[in-house]
Amino acid sequence: MKDITRRDFLKLIGAGTVATAATMTGCQNGGDLTPTGTIQPQKGQMTYRTNPNTGDKVSLLGFGMMRLPVIETEAPKGASGREAKSAPIDQEMVNKMVDKAIEYGVNYFDTSPVYCQGRSEKATGIALSRHKRDSYYLATKMSNFAPGTWPREESIKMFHNSLKELQTDYIDYMLLHSVGGGKDSMEMLRQRYYDNGILDFLLEQREKGVIRNLGFSYHGDVKVFDYLLSRHDEYKWDFVQIEMNYLDWHFAHEIEEENTRADYLYNELDKRKIPAVIMEPLLGGRLANVPDHIVREMKKREPERSVASWAFRFCGTFPNVLTSLSGMTYMDHLDDNLATHCPLKPLTSEELDFLEDIAKKIYDLKNIPCTACQYCMPCPFGLDIPGIFSHYNKCIKEGNFAKSQDESDYKKMRRAFLIGYDRSVPKLRQADHCTHCGECVHHCPQRINIPETMDMVNNYVEKLKQGTL
Amino acid sequence: MHKKTLQRIRRVLAAIFFLGITLMFLDFSGTLHKFLGWMAKAQFLPAVLALNFVVIAILLIITLLFGRIYCSVICPLGVFQDGVAHVHNWTKKNRYTFSKAHNILRYIMLGVFVVTLVAGLSSIAALLAPYSAYGRIVQSLFAPVWQWINNGLAAISEHFNSYAFYEKDVWMRSLPTLIIAALTLVVIVILAWRNGRTYCNNICPVGTFLSFFSRFSWFKMHINEEKCIQCGLCTKNCKASCIDGKNGFVDYSRCVTCGNCMAVCPKEAIEYKHVKGNPTPVGANNHSPMTDDKQPDTETVDTGKRAFLIGSAVALGTAAFAQEKKKVDGGLAAIKDKVIPERTVPIVPAGAGSLQRFRTHCTGCQLCVSQCPNDVLRPSTDLMHLMQPVMSYERGWCRPECTACSDVCPTGAIRKLLKEEKAVTKKGQAYWVSQNCIVTANGIPCGNCARHCPAMAIEMVPKRGDETGKLLIPSINESKCVGCGACEYVCPARPLSAIVVNGVEQQRLI
Repeated sequence: MKDITRRDFLKLIGAGTVATAATMTGCQNGGDLTPTGTIQPQKGQMTYRTNPNTGDKVSLLGFGMMRLPVIETEAPKGASGREAKSAPIDQEMVNKMVDKAIEYGVNYFDTSPVYCQGRSEKATGIALSRHKRDSYYLATKMSNFAPGTWPREESIKMFHNSLKELQTDYIDYMLLHSVGGGKDSMEMLRQRYYDNGILDFLLEQREKGVIRNLGFSYHGDVKVFDYLLSRHDEYKWDFVQIEMNYLDWHFAHEIEEENTRADYLYNELDKRKIPAVIMEPLLGGRLANVPDHIVREMKKREPERSVASWAFRFCGTFPNVLTSLSGMTYMDHLDDNLATHCPLKPLTSEELDFLEDIAKKIYDLKNIPCTACQYCMPCPFGLDIPGIFSHYNKCIKEGNFAKSQDESDYKKMRRAFLIGYDRSVPKLRQADHCTHCGECVHHCPQRINIPETMDMVNNYVEKLKQGTL
Repeated sequence: MHKKTLQRIRRVLAAIFFLGITLMFLDFSGTLHKFLGWMAKAQFLPAVLALNFVVIAILLIITLLFGRIYCSVICPLGVFQDGVAHVHNWTKKNRYTFSKAHNILRYIMLGVFVVTLVAGLSSIAALLAPYSAYGRIVQSLFAPVWQWINNGLAAISEHFNSYAFYEKDVWMRSLPTLIIAALTLVVIVILAWRNGRTYCNNICPVGTFLSFFSRFSWFKMHINEEKCIQCGLCTKNCKASCIDGKNGFVDYSRCVTCGNCMAVCPKEAIEYKHVKGNPTPVGANNHSPMTDDKQPDTETVDTGKRAFLIGSAVALGTAAFAQEKKKVDGGLAAIKDKVIPERTVPIVPAGAGSLQRFRTHCTGCQLCVSQCPNDVLRPSTDLMHLMQPVMSYERGWCRPECTACSDVCPTGAIRKLLKEEKAVTKKGQAYWVSQNCIVTANGIPCGNCARHCPAMAIEMVPKRGDETGKLLIPSINESKCVGCGACEYVCPARPLSAIVVNGVEQQRLI
């Protein structure tokens, strides 16, 4: 290497100085108010994946319309914040978020007739109808869970109603919604889609072009997943929606015995070249809300990226992933996700190892794997199931979960757990009121044994109260 | 001694006792009673009921030495009246007059009190008792304000993710007690505002009782006739209306040793000292008080007395009212409020012993009610035992580790219990109400009562006649049930629980 002459050195310094000056001027003159120190999304830089069947170029970030913002109403006295869940959807905010999402290249919107207490499709329809129909892909589902919707005409009515609410005459991505649930999952599948001929109906609609892509979303009993894939030659699934994230990839089975590891699901789809749509990439926000020591580890590596970004980058690293659905409630969720996906920086294999280690640490926290999807609600006896679980998890996360009275911070942790419990869940909606009726159990996509978990929470509370921990 | 020294000492001590007792009633977190509990136990009537001879002896000795300083320092209702009268002094000074003692009235009141107490008509006795009356006022009227302020702070601390304050449900435990407390407050304030210690010297049984001793007290207020110029300022400033300054006479049976007369005397003619010789005969008054003063004064007292009795009668008449509270719910299934089931035998706190014993010992001061962290205790609405605490389980259950009520009870009506004793004290008996049970009425499996029974007294057994064998109903082992109400509280049947606790006449360890 040639020695740098004095002249060259001055040149380098000069160039550097000019560059610095330019940046500083830019800051001053441009009045750039965006927060510095975080990665900003770049317009036109969205990462897209191609659907091999239709050639659709789908944005890697999909907008899940399950956790839409609501208008904050005055919560009744003594009620927890989440009781405002029945509040009306904040359509203005939905419109704003959808507009911004589309502006930055998001083009996949996923809803269902049952989301947001049945109000999601309408809100989605209103927001999207303000944009050109060919500028986005619509996904909705055949959500015929209630036995009252099993008769053929009722299910078909539900389908037509989706078209009406979404203000469209075709659905880009149609799903059999959450197969694999029910006491007898195969029986449930038969009742919902076979006995009433609804699967045939949906296949027909695909022939006619009313449905452009047909797939299914799966939670629960792997038998159903395997069965539907075994008939892939016949049905030609255009896509399948699975739950996948760095925790489920390794530990789905360990967390709840009934659950299937995401790596199995993904690989089965990859083998058949069926694109995977990812749900729960953040586990209902749990992977964005991790204990401080995990935050620290992530920030040490990527100080400019959010905690949530790791989970999306994990999903996006897999090439057969068509899109990762994020149920975004607030504009800052969207901003952060756009920053992660415009463009997406895949994980290196070293980073994948790092996440495996993180997953292990999160698993070791022994959280209740609730994603607050609200499928179990309303509990007929008035319990706030997700509220109870999220308080429990929150205490673990914040280090307010004492394991024994001998811990030095026991008193402080006890106080935080018990006062916080009454704050987040009214007394009559707490775990001790669970009657074990079991209504909720078969609705839980995470297959949490809710009544037993309620006992576990309540036993813990009793130990704290009685001082027998 | 400076002429104001006695008054100052009295004021400081009174303020300490008054604030201490008030705070003890207001504090629901169970922390202050450890430091202040003795103040309640130092109250005369609770000490008598608790047969606390040491306290009684000390109080009597104090009275025999110094006069009725109990009334102006230790008794919170007395201090409260002084406060009210003092506020009136700001606008109208020198307004008191001397009056004769109304012996017939006060002896009748004392007699009524003793008879009702002994006869077990505790609700009447409780109306007259000063400490309990004050306790009721604080618990029913001041505590809600305190708790609302606390809840404001709790909301702020929640906002800042702090656990310094927590929310306390503010709810009306008993309408009759609330009305009685409000009427008592109104009557007391009016009486005190107009004539100072009218209540203490005409109605209060403790005051009347102590008056027998204060007559003979070693130290007394003495008017030095050599110095006295008969200006009458002492009379005009005596809230007990017991100084006839012009005639140099002090009625020691009513004097509460407040020191106000000393403080105002321009000639320092009043001295607090040992007086030799015979005390003034009871009620006898050889000195004729000024007739022009006597007339209006008697009238005032009578009005006050009438208002007090009428007020009590009105309050007694409203005992049957019950109250409901409705919560509004959001997106969750609505929860019906529970209704208090009929309990043929009321449930009283663990440590009460027998119902009979409890009833003759409790003065209905509400201290236990104010301390119950589980919202179980509330004043009874039963006419015969109005304002004495009873338990019910709509808002919580009587937790095994909690001994708050037995820790604070100043009268011994609720005896002090160890946690271990409390957990195994049988205070009631649960029984199953088949027609309310969701298992029998709706065919829904449950078993929540069995799951939460801390005494393991409930097991689920197959329902007879159910072919599936899946429907299980509670089987209650009477010999294990402690009547804590966990089963009743967690029972999903609403508004009436399908498992209900009835009290027992005689509590016992199991």
